This record gives sequence, structure tokens and C-alpha cells, in this order.
Amino acid sequence: MASKVIQAFYNDDDVLMHAVKKVKAAKHHIEEVYCPFPVHGLDKAMGLAPTRIAITSFMYGCLGLIVAIVMMNYIMISDWPQDIGGKPSFTYLQNMPAFVPIMFELTVFFAAHLMVITFYLRSKLWPFKKAENPDVRTTDDHFIMEIEVHGNEAALKELLQDTGAVEINISEKSSH
Amino acid sequence: MYTFSNRLKIGSFILMAVGLLCLGVGFVSAPSTVEEAKAIVASHDDGHGDPHAADQTHGVADDHGAAATHDEGHDASHDEHLLHQLQNRPWSALYVAAFFFMMIALGALAFYAIQRAAQAGWSPLLFRVMEGITAYLVPGGIIVFVILVLSVLHMNHLFVWMDSDVVAHDKLLQGKAGFLDPTFFLVRAAIFLGGWILYREYSRKFSLAQDEASDNSNFVKNFRISAAFLVFYLITESMMSWDWIMSVDPHWFSTLFGWYLFASMIVSAITVIAMVTIYLKSKGYLEDVNDSHIHDLAKYMFGFSIFWTYLWFSQFMLIWYANIPEEVTYFVTRIEDYNLPFFGMVAMNFVFPVLLLMNSDYKRINWFVIMTGIVILAGHYMDIFNMIMPATVGDQWYIGIPEIGGILFFAGLFIFWVFRALTTAPLQPKRNPFIEESRHFHY
Repeated sequence: MASKVIQAFYNDDDVLMHAVKKVKAAKHHIEEVYCPFPVHGLDKAMGLAPTRIAITSFMYGCLGLIVAIVMMNYIMISDWPQDIGGKPSFTYLQNMPAFVPIMFELTVFFAAHLMVITFYLRSKLWPFKKAENPDVRTTDDHFIMEIEVHGNEAALKELLQDTGAVEINISEKSSH
Repeated sequence: MYTFSNRLKIGSFILMAVGLLCLGVGFVSAPSTVEEAKAIVASHDDGHGDPHAADQTHGVADDHGAAATHDEGHDASHDEHLLHQLQNRPWSALYVAAFFFMMIALGALAFYAIQRAAQAGWSPLLFRVMEGITAYLVPGGIIVFVILVLSVLHMNHLFVWMDSDVVAHDKLLQGKAGFLDPTFFLVRAAIFLGGWILYREYSRKFSLAQDEASDNSNFVKNFRISAAFLVFYLITESMMSWDWIMSVDPHWFSTLFGWYLFASMIVSAITVIAMVTIYLKSKGYLEDVNDSHIHDLAKYMFGFSIFWTYLWFSQFMLIWYANIPEEVTYFVTRIEDYNLPFFGMVAMNFVFPVLLLMNSDYKRINWFVIMTGIVILAGHYMDIFNMIMPATVGDQWYIGIPEIGGILFFAGLFIFWVFRALTTAPLQPKRNPFIEESRHFHY
């Protein structure tokens, strides 16, 4: 199904922030904002739900910690115990201080990498994916605010003009 | 302008009085003869186990004690050693608490200098709070210095290398005698304290002058002296840690000790900055300080707690792995005689702050920051306790009347001095060029 959207172009992030607040105050639903760089506080102004990626990161960290413990226990204690510097290798706990750096590194490794992969999956980004941004200028120096039009084109146009938009386009968009 | 509430003032006086009383009891009840010392140990010996087991582990003073190697003299020297440990206990309790509160003021000074040198935009609203805390460096530093002078005068046996009898029988200490020399030691201490206090006073002067000025010259001057101070501090803090703390175990050394102490210092200082800020805010002062400032301080508390653990573990693991006898005794003593405080402090300084302050929302809940802060401060007191006590009192430690008295007295003095200093200037700097940025700071 194709829908009609109005696209307002801005060339300054401060102007954009004020515009977003104004449009929200006028009770319009902002579909999406395309930016060349992250704008601080934009998610709050748009009323997006807070990210849950920190929670996944914590869980991935715990997973990494467990993997490190199981792995080192298998390698160094049960499968092939090695005498390194005369340190006891009969139980995991006796040799634990030697494994702390590995436990730490794998915790960080799992948390960081799996968090990035989660972020890509959740944002539907993968290699060779076609870009979704409606205008190449959003990768350079322009910001675009996209609002769905429900027969209120003229009013919206006027409102956006007031907020300092440098260009306003109406386009048909096939929903994805 | 802040006015020192009467309740807080009376509270601080009560703390000081009770603390002084407890310290007095500690000093009076310390044994003065070998017989008294033996009686004290015998009366609660079942709790402490075999005194000879301890003799092997905490033996820094013993190893190079006058007659330690002679069998016939061993028992007598052991008893005398026990007497010295028990006599050291009130002194150590006094020294640990005095150092701990001095260290908070010094850490706050370093944090403040970093804010100045970095020209940070978020923190100027908190400058007066930090300046109030650093005011304690003057009395706190002088008290620590006086304790060091009394040690040099042989009023106590905190620093075993100050005893020329001990040095005469100890090859290692003879090798270090050039550096561990009582006069040079005091000269160094005077230079360290003099430099820190000088910076503190000048920076405060420029900070107040900036409020009345018509240009930013005082601000620029403060930036310059802060950068210079940080260089001075980096060197002197490290040397101070060798002198005032590491030298109680004069055979042992660790190359990252200065950093390790710095971690304790800065995390305690930031915790106190956060606590004082939250207290003042709860009383209706510092209106412009918002939750984002508290959030940032809590982030530092969280981050530096992990930094402290990193250094604590780095120091431990290398020594544990290498297992060189003269290094590893340090941890053997702590794990055998100080098991609960040694591992308890890791729980308090690492596990607690990590779990409580990990969630970003919790860093904005003021009472949560206060509760975590109390645990962190107790944990870092234990850290200093674990640095000093094993060398000075050995297995005769206890968190009893003198230790609690030391904490109460210096906490009272700290509260009194800091809040009195806060009344002397407006709590919000007027003409700091970054004050607007600080006011609008949000995350």
C-alpha cells in the first residue's frame, strides 16, 4: 500500500530539534527523522520508547562470563591440566585468579559484539541492503522530517514552513 | 549563602567528642608492659588462635627484630613484639582514620584540578562544594603530619624502619636507608603538603576573585595553576603513597601502589562530593544542580570503583602468580589474618557499586546514590585499614573502640570543617564563563 508523506528538509540540528518539538506539540505523528549524524536528545523529543539494548548487553555479558568459565574449566582443569608456575590446577577455584583476565575479556567481547549484531538485526541493516533514506542529502548536511499526510496537506505545509524548513516535498511512499 | 544548620554543627561536635573519648580509651587501655600484653591476648586467645602461626605470617617487624634468629631469645622477642603491636593499635586506628579523611580532601582537590584544567562545562556549579571539601586538607594534612612527626620521635612503632636498632640488623633496610631517612621523610611530607595546600588556597582565591572580576583573567590563572598542580600532584601523590603507606611494610614494594591509592582516593572523594551535593540540595540550596549532575558523579563513582578493582586485582594477580616470597608475604598476611576485611572490601568496593549503579536510572535516584556512597566509603576505609594494620598490629586487629573512635572523631571534624568552609562563600559561582553551560547541563 502506498501512502503519501510530507518531507521537510532542515539544515541545522537546533532548528530540527525545535521543529520536532513544535510538530509534536501540534499532535502530528512523526514517521521518521533522517540525520547525517546522531542528534542529542532527538529520541526523547520524538517520543520514542527508550532503548532496551542495554538489557541485552547485560545478558550478553553474563553469557560471555559463563562461556569463559566453562571454556577455561574444560581446557585447563578437566581436559588437559597444566602446571604453570606451580599453580594448583586441581579445581577451577584454586586457579581462578589466572582466569580472571579471560573472564573479563570474554564478558566485554560478548557484550560488545553481540550488542552490535543485535543492533544491526533490530534496525534491519545487513550487507548490500538498499539505503532507505529518501534523499542523498541526509548523508551530507540535511535533515529530513517525514510526516504521513491524511488530507491535511496544506495545514502541515504551513506548520512546517513556520518551523524553518528549507524545502518541503510531498512524495508517494510504498510501505516497507 | 549557606548557613551551617545548628543540628549538623551539634552533630559534628558530638561525633568529635565521642570519637575523642573512644580514642582516649584506646590509648589508656593499651598495655605498657609485656605482662599486660600477654594478659590481654590470653583473655581472648581462643578467638585469635595460635599466636605463633601469626608470628610467621605478619613478621615484617619480627623478621628483622633484634633477636629474631636466636632461639633462646625468640620467646622474649615475640612477647615484646606482641606488646608493640598492642601499643600500636590506638595509633594505627588514629592514623588510618586521619589519613582516610585527609585523602578524601586530597582526592577532591585532584578532581577539582582536573575539572579546572579540562575547562569542564558540566561541573562549575559544583566547584564551591569541591572547594568546601578541599578546605579540610589544611587541618587534615596537618594532623597527619603531626602523627608522622610523633612517629619519627618514636612515640609509636608504626614505621619500623625509623627504629635504628631494626635497621642495624637488616641488610635490606640499610640499602633503603638513603630514602627512608626520618629527616628526609619529614622534609618530603612537608613539601607534599605545602604544595597541595598552596594550590588549594590560590585556586580558591582566584575562584572567589573571578566572581567579582570584569574579565576572565582569574579563570585563566586558575586553569594554568591547575594544570601545573596536576603534574606536581601526580608525582607527589605517588611518593606520598610510598612514604606514608607502603613504608609500613618496608621490605615489600609494588610499582603500581601510587595508582592503587589514587583510585581509592578519587572514588572516595567523588562519593563525598556527590553526598554533600545531595545533602545541600535536599536543604534547598544549589537549585540549579539537577539530576544530570548527580548522574555524572554517580557515573564516576561507578567507573572509578571498577578502576580500583582493576588495580587491586592487577597488584594481587602478578604477585600471586610470580609467588616470590618477599612479595607474596604481603598477601599471605592479608588472606590469613585479614580474610574478612580483605575480601569484604572487594565486595563493598566492587560488587556493590557495580550492581547498584549499573542501571542508568538508578544513578539519578539521589537516595540510591547516598546508600551506595556509604558502602563505598566504608569499603575504602577498609582498604586503608588493610594497607596499614597488617604491618603495625598484625593479627591483633579488631574493629573496636579505638578504630570506631578514630572514624567518629575525624568524621566530626571533617563535617565541621567542610560545612563551615561552605558558609564562607556563595554556593554558586557568579562569573565562571561556563556557568551557563553547567546550568543547562542535561543528559
